[in-house]
Amino acid sequence: MSKRLFVKGNEAAAMGAVEAGCRYYFGYPITPQSDIPEYLSRELPKLGGEFIQAESEIGAINMLLGASACGARAMTSSSSPGISLKQEGISYMAGSELPGVIINISRSGPGLGGIDASQSDYFQSVKGGGHGGYRILVLAPNSVQEMYDLTMHAFDLADLYRTPVMVLGDSVVGQMKEALVPNPRPARELPAKEWAVRGKQGGEQRVVKSLFLGDGELEAHNWHLHAKYQLMKERECISEEQQSSDATLLVVAFGSVSRIAQTAVALAREAGLKVGLFRPVTLFPFPEVALAQAAGKAGRVLVIELNTGQMVDDVRLCVGHGVEVSFYGRPPGAASLPSPEELFEVIRTRCQA
Amino acid sequence: MQQVFHRPVSLKDVQTHFCPGCHHGTIHRLVAEAMDHFGVQQRTIGVASVGCSVFLYGYFDIDVVEAPHGRAPAVATGVKRARPESFVFTYQGDGDLAAIGTAEIIHAANRGEDITVLFVNNTTYGMTGGQMAPTTLVGQKTSTSPYGRDKSKDGSPIRMAELLAQLGGVAFSARVAVNSPKNLMDAKKQIREAFDYQVQGKGFSFVEVLSACPTNWGAKPLAANARIAEEMIPYFPLGVFKKEEAA
Repeated sequence: MSKRLFVKGNEAAAMGAVEAGCRYYFGYPITPQSDIPEYLSRELPKLGGEFIQAESEIGAINMLLGASACGARAMTSSSSPGISLKQEGISYMAGSELPGVIINISRSGPGLGGIDASQSDYFQSVKGGGHGGYRILVLAPNSVQEMYDLTMHAFDLADLYRTPVMVLGDSVVGQMKEALVPNPRPARELPAKEWAVRGKQGGEQRVVKSLFLGDGELEAHNWHLHAKYQLMKERECISEEQQSSDATLLVVAFGSVSRIAQTAVALAREAGLKVGLFRPVTLFPFPEVALAQAAGKAGRVLVIELNTGQMVDDVRLCVGHGVEVSFYGRPPGAASLPSPEELFEVIRTRCQA
Repeated sequence: MQQVFHRPVSLKDVQTHFCPGCHHGTIHRLVAEAMDHFGVQQRTIGVASVGCSVFLYGYFDIDVVEAPHGRAPAVATGVKRARPESFVFTYQGDGDLAAIGTAEIIHAANRGEDITVLFVNNTTYGMTGGQMAPTTLVGQKTSTSPYGRDKSKDGSPIRMAELLAQLGGVAFSARVAVNSPKNLMDAKKQIREAFDYQVQGKGFSFVEVLSACPTNWGAKPLAANARIAEEMIPYFPLGVFKKEEAA
């Protein structure tokens, strides 16, 4: 039997990174993610790796850029305001086609906001975040186990597509403790990093860059990036469905609030209501095909988010005109996290409408 | 016949895009000569910055990573930590290093990263068309200081070589110029010295090179060289400000 641990989500993400072979971490302290740098500052030196507490979030993302340009598995982590500062570097990494993992244990905003659980960074995460019209892969764990598994997966995706990958959580999945089975990293074929700088070593010059000034170069580069995003949409969507086959109302929720929604859906089933749950695990690519199918069957969709309505836009875009979409959201802040009973009431009201 | 002079192996046989009288080409050559001297070309990773020197991968025959504006020392930190066997240098202008990138340069220097930083100070933002830089001299007219730099509003030009010399992690800090044969020979010596620190793994080394930007100064190349002697060197004195002996 594999061992079972009882750990925080943040620690699980750090453990997943180590298991994935990440040996370089660069970060800056910010609540509620500081368990990640604390864990890695302790563990990476034992493994011959490097931990740097950077002078700033900007410093950290650019150290990641440098280590990644050398072909190393490297990561950074932060929380919303820190992620805003990193956007410049993420854009450069996307433009330079550099892999790298960024964990965002997001806070509530805007501005300094608060440290409560929040999903108000959905747009920033899935729509590019920085300048220049790029996308990054975004994974949204809803358990301690997934913090571990998806962080591990993020490193493989980053290398496979040569792109930054974000693991998007909040204080609920980052700070709660649950059982974790630290499975070994599954074997996966990945392309050799023949683009990585190493000092010529007798070979051809290698340059990692995002500046393209020649006639047609930048347009071609953008079409190349676009083609990668299309490939991700075809191949990398992950979603989960519960009791959706006979549902007449489909609840759509991701990350921490999907756990609360899961209990609310169970309460609804106990009350005899035909309610199912659809959970996007990848937020980019958004699991459009699977959702359109499940939503089409149910006919009615209720999107629940810890914000005033962000993912609901993507849901509306993919479910088509025949499906009725409604939204329930709670903007972040102290005492704003809905209980399962509150969500059950929302579901019950929607079912009666 | 014996060959007594040749293009450095680390420099490509191409024309540069630099303006007439610009010192970047000369400084590139000195850097390439130093790489040749230590035989590090095949293990060098250069970090390019934003500005006129961004194209250094077009001129140096080495692997290069292009950094965001001001972030070259952070990028170089990541490179050196991931590949400690590499020879790593950044090449940055004054806007890049002494304005938008001050946090990155100060902390990379203070950590004592085992890298070399070439800092080209021409008292202006060259690539964007000659705006006021953190090193613009008091009274100097630029496209964004049309009445001349005003100390009471814009502050004084920053002396980076002296500033960084204060930091514990810095092993070597010098300021040189390439406006005359004598200064150029000394610049060659100090760049080589800075590289030697990294070759020996003795910590962070920094060379500030006073450089001409005739186009944005509105001066002919010879007048630009004269300005370096008459206006820049009196404020930005040449010399070695930190030279840590081997431990």
